[in-house]
Amino acid sequence: MVMFLRHFAVVSLIFFPPIFSQFAGLSDVSISQDIPIEGEITIPSRARAQEHDSSTLNESIRRTIMRDLKAVGRKFMHVLYPRKSNALLRDWDLWGPLILCVTLALMLQKSSIDGKNDGGGPEFAEVFVIIWFGAVTITLNSKLLGGNISFFQSLCVLGYCILPLNIAMLICRLLLLAGQGPINFMIRLFVVLLMFAWSVVASTAFLADSQPPNRKALAVYPVFLFYFVISWMILTFTP
Amino acid sequence: MAAADELAFHEFEEATNLLAETPDAATTSQSDELTSREHVAVVVGSGIGYGAEVGEEEDDKTSLLQEEKPQPRFWTFDYYQSFFDVDTSQVLDRIKGSLLPHPGHNFVRHHLRNRPDLYGPFWICATLAFVLAVTGNLTLVLAQRRDPSIHYSPQFHKVTIAGITIYCYAWLVPLALWGFLRWRQGTRERMGLYTFLETVCVYGYSLFVFIPTVVLWLIPVQWIQWLFGALALALSAAGLVFTLWPVVREDTRLVAAALLSTVVLLHALLALGCKLYFFQPLPLDHVVPAPQATPPSPNVLLPSSIQPMTTS
Repeated sequence: MVMFLRHFAVVSLIFFPPIFSQFAGLSDVSISQDIPIEGEITIPSRARAQEHDSSTLNESIRRTIMRDLKAVGRKFMHVLYPRKSNALLRDWDLWGPLILCVTLALMLQKSSIDGKNDGGGPEFAEVFVIIWFGAVTITLNSKLLGGNISFFQSLCVLGYCILPLNIAMLICRLLLLAGQGPINFMIRLFVVLLMFAWSVVASTAFLADSQPPNRKALAVYPVFLFYFVISWMILTFTP
Repeated sequence: MAAADELAFHEFEEATNLLAETPDAATTSQSDELTSREHVAVVVGSGIGYGAEVGEEEDDKTSLLQEEKPQPRFWTFDYYQSFFDVDTSQVLDRIKGSLLPHPGHNFVRHHLRNRPDLYGPFWICATLAFVLAVTGNLTLVLAQRRDPSIHYSPQFHKVTIAGITIYCYAWLVPLALWGFLRWRQGTRERMGLYTFLETVCVYGYSLFVFIPTVVLWLIPVQWIQWLFGALALALSAAGLVFTLWPVVREDTRLVAAALLSTVVLLHALLALGCKLYFFQPLPLDHVVPAPQATPPSPNVLLPSSIQPMTTS
């Protein structure tokens, strides 16, 4: 073993210097001017990006969570006061829709003590499936009709525009604490209708622009149906 | 004659170059069983009759030769995008056409014009399923208003059942019908055969008339409900029959009659099933046996409403 190493050292001393001299010769040849280099050599900016990534890695958890929460909250504001801005579309995220969907599905659970579900209200999984598969179907429909909105942007908008209906559900649950009755029902109907209209208006403010003008109604109708079904689930909720 | 032959042959070659990327071209243009070039030129020129035998959706693409566009494959997004190539006005026009059938008014030829779409059938079925569940629930609410002893619950499972039933009907029955018509047609080249998508379109748009009918079924008067149901069934089935008549007319009398009566029967079964399942006639006056017969737990809603049907 030691003999082999010695021989290897001798061989390397003999052969490597010529190889190095070959490479030394090559260093005189400037290749970069003759052969165009393809791709991006963005080493300085990558170093900066790495610094940026490591800075978010090193920051406190509270700051990370607050940053995401602030983004979600900003989008909530955009939904509540729908303006034709692109903030919702540009930085899409699915945290908000998830929070809203889970909250709505939890609120739609019956608070019965015996825990029996007599074919009554929707299960948690049913609400979840309806919201997410409904949103996916509407997005696919919108893209098939030739809309130029991306898949996740559309999911983001549809999910965030459930916020008014969440507020309606909250109000309905509070109203139902006061007992049921025809007046109670009329107030609940009014609130749900109002929030349903708000949802539809908010989502069409974002989605309708992405469709060619002769197909806007075709793309908006499924949104209307989607929020109608959710409103129906909210209205027929009995504790 | 030789010049004419050469001309025909060149047409054929150009057509094969244009269609070179579609699988149909391989079967029509390069087969050696075709005897005369004139036959081949005619076949390539009018894609409808021959194309129906070779490919399903490519037969309405006589415009393909003018557009010089390769047919997208079924795993690409563009393939499905071609089925949604409709405008709002076209969809509304097709709905209107399905609502007002009259003899000689072929839905496929007049309204679809060989451009079937999937938007109409899909969303009409979805709307019908949700409207059925919602109005069925509303009927229960209104019945409870009249008679507080009936237990009300949202009955959410009915949405699932409605959806599955409607979608299965609107997609499997056209599949069976299309398969049957293809089998009967055999190898005869006829222009009358509809593609699978056109059959789905006809069925989907014919279901539209049930949507307002289901809403009108909220009126709790029995004979009005049956009247509206019969009216809707008549309109819908008439649309189907008038569309299918030109295709089956060339077949034997027996098969034509059997096919049309089967179509109408299935449609009637669907309407009847929806009416009976979602709008069970709840008794107005004599509900005394029902609440006493059933235990106080609320999870026997359906049996409790079926019982009055059997006792009354």
